[in-house]
Amino acid sequence: MASDERPPLNPRDLADLDFQLSDEERMIRDTVRAFVADRVTPNAAEWFEQGTLPRELAPELGKLGLLGMHLRGYGCAGASATAYGLACMELEAGDSGVRSLVSVQGSLAMYAIWRWGSEEQKREWLPRMASGEALGCFGLTEPDSGSDPGSMRTHARRVGGDWVLRGQKMWITNGSIADVAVVWARTDEGIRGFLVPRGTPGFTTQDIKGKLSLRASVTSELLLDDVRLPGDALLPGATSLRGPLSCLNEARFGIVWGVVGAARACFEAALDYSREREQFGKPIASFQLVQERLAEMAVEVNRAGLLALQLGRLKDAGRLHHQQVSLGKLANTNAALAVARSARQVLGANGIILEYPVIRHMANLETVVTYEGTADIHRLVLGEALTGVSAFR
Amino acid sequence: MKICCLVKEVPDAAVQKRIDPNTMRLDRSGEKNLNPFDTHALEAAMQIRESGVVQVDEIVAVTMGPESAVRALHKAVALGADRSVHLTDPALEGSDVNATGYALAKVLESEQPDLVLLGQQSDDGECYTIGAVVADHLQVPSLTQVIKIDVAEGKLTCERQAEYGYDTVEVELPAVISVGDAINEPRYPSLKAIMGAKKKPLDTKSAADVGIDTSEVGIEGSKTRVLAINPPPAKEPGEVFEDEDTDETVNKIVAWLEERKLV
Repeated sequence: MASDERPPLNPRDLADLDFQLSDEERMIRDTVRAFVADRVTPNAAEWFEQGTLPRELAPELGKLGLLGMHLRGYGCAGASATAYGLACMELEAGDSGVRSLVSVQGSLAMYAIWRWGSEEQKREWLPRMASGEALGCFGLTEPDSGSDPGSMRTHARRVGGDWVLRGQKMWITNGSIADVAVVWARTDEGIRGFLVPRGTPGFTTQDIKGKLSLRASVTSELLLDDVRLPGDALLPGATSLRGPLSCLNEARFGIVWGVVGAARACFEAALDYSREREQFGKPIASFQLVQERLAEMAVEVNRAGLLALQLGRLKDAGRLHHQQVSLGKLANTNAALAVARSARQVLGANGIILEYPVIRHMANLETVVTYEGTADIHRLVLGEALTGVSAFR
Repeated sequence: MKICCLVKEVPDAAVQKRIDPNTMRLDRSGEKNLNPFDTHALEAAMQIRESGVVQVDEIVAVTMGPESAVRALHKAVALGADRSVHLTDPALEGSDVNATGYALAKVLESEQPDLVLLGQQSDDGECYTIGAVVADHLQVPSLTQVIKIDVAEGKLTCERQAEYGYDTVEVELPAVISVGDAINEPRYPSLKAIMGAKKKPLDTKSAADVGIDTSEVGIEGSKTRVLAINPPPAKEPGEVFEDEDTDETVNKIVAWLEERKLV
C-alpha cells in the first residue's frame, strides 16, 4: 500500500533523482544552482548575443571551488565524480559556454597537468588555476585533424635542451584568454604534451568569429611559429595519444551530465510557457499534442539524468570504461537536442528569441554534440565495443 | 568574542505552505532547507570575524528541531560556523514561540556567547519574534531589523531599519540581534566547506542536557493554543482604469490618490 510517508511527486524531477543523492551532493548541487540563478541565467542571453564570457566569472567559479573540483591536492576540492557531474549539470542549465569554461579548465587543462605533469608544473599552475587566477586551454584539434587526432601536424623537435614547436591548433576553447596552453605535438618520441605560457615568443592566438553556437565562450586558433620552450615545459608523464585522450574522457564525462542541465532548462521553459500561454481560450498545456511533447521531454530529461548518475556512480567506484562515457555522451547529447527542438516548438515564435533560454540552448547543443568526440565517432566506439571490430582504426 | 547564530530548518521556498488541519500546525513535510534569513546572520558573524576589529574565537550554530535539522546545521557550518549544537527532544515537539525561545535560551546559557545573531524571521512561521523572546529569557538587550553592525570591545553600534529611516542604537554585550536581510549578501558555501561540514563538531543535546523544565515546552507547556485556522479574507479586486483618453485617466488616478490623501 502507498503510505503517506512518500514525498509528493515532483514534476521537475519525476524519476526522483534527488532520492539517490547524498545530503552533501544535494548541497553542492543546490549551491551551484543558486550561483547559476544569480550570476549566469540573468546574463546568459546578453553574453550569447555579444559573443563574450566575462573573464571575472573565472575567479568566482574558483572561489566556489568548481575549477578542477574533482582533482585532489594543489588547492583542488577533491570532490567525487558524481558531485562534479552535478555541478556540470547546473552550470549547463545556465549556459553551455559556462560549463565549457569549467570543463576545459578542470578536465582538460588542469587534469592534463595533474595527471601527466611534473611536481614543479603542478605546483606552479594548479593552485592558480583552481582559484581562477590563471586560465588554461587545451590544444589538440587542428584545422585538418579533428576526429583523427593521430594525424596532427603540429610537431616539436629538440634543440639542445630546449623544444621548438611549430604548427596550428583550431577550435580551442579559452584559447586567447588562457594564461597557459596545454599543446599536444608530434615528436620523434611519439605524441607529447607541452605547457606554453601566454606571451611566449612565436605563440599567438586568433579568435574564431561568426559562431552561431556556444557564443558565450571564447573559441580560438593557436598559432605556434617556432615557439622555443625550455626542456621542463614538457609534460613528462604522457608519451602517446593516450595522454590527451585521457583528458578528453574526463571532459566528456562532464558533458554527459551538462547536457541534462541544458535539456532540463528547455523542458522547464516549455512547461512554464505552456501553462501561461493561452490560445483558443485555454492554456496550450491543455492540448493533447502539447502534453505529448511535455511527456516526451520529461522522459528524455529523466532518462538522461539517470544515465548520468549511473556513470557517476561507476566512475566513483573506479569501474567506468571510456566506452560507457561514449554511451552517455551519445545518448544524452542527442536526447538534449531532441528536447531543445521540441521545447522550441512549444514556445512558438517566442522559441526563436533570446528572451527565452530555449533557442540559445538548442544552438549551443549543436556544438556540444560535435566537440569532445562527435556523435558519429561515439557510435563507432560503441560499434567496436559491441562487435569487436573497429570501423575507423 | 564568541558568537552563537540561531538557525532553523524550514520547508524549502519552492514547497507550497499549508496548515495541517489535524495538528493545526504548519505541514513541514517535503524538501527542507536552512532558513534563508539565518544565512544573513551567519554572514554577519563571518564579517565581524573577518573585519578583525575584535577577535572572534568561535562561531556556533544552534538549532532546535527534529533529527532532519542536522542538515540545516551542516549548511550553517559550510557557511562558516566552527561547530554546531542540535537541541532535539520529543518533549519539545509542538512548542510555540515562547516555549521555543525558552528552550533556545537554555542552550545559550550553556554556551555563554557574547553575541547572539539570528535572521529577522523564519521562512515558515514568520513570527519575527524569537530573538526578543530569547533575549527576554536571557535578560539581555535585544534589537530587531538590524542592517548594520559596528563592533567594538564589549558593545555594538547597530543601525536598525525603522518604519521611516533608521535608528542608530548602541547596545552592551551580551545581546541578541536579529538581522534584516538588507544587512549583507550571504556568500555561497565553497565546495571544500561543504565537504568539510560533516567533520566539524556537532553536539546533540536533549532537553535534560541543558536543564530545560519540560513542563514549560511542547504542546502542553506552550501558552498559546490554536483554536481555529481560517484562510485570509479574499482581497477585494482593485479598481482598473482603462486608458482611453490619457488626460482623463491621469485625472482619475490623481483624484483616486487625493481621495486617500496619498498625494
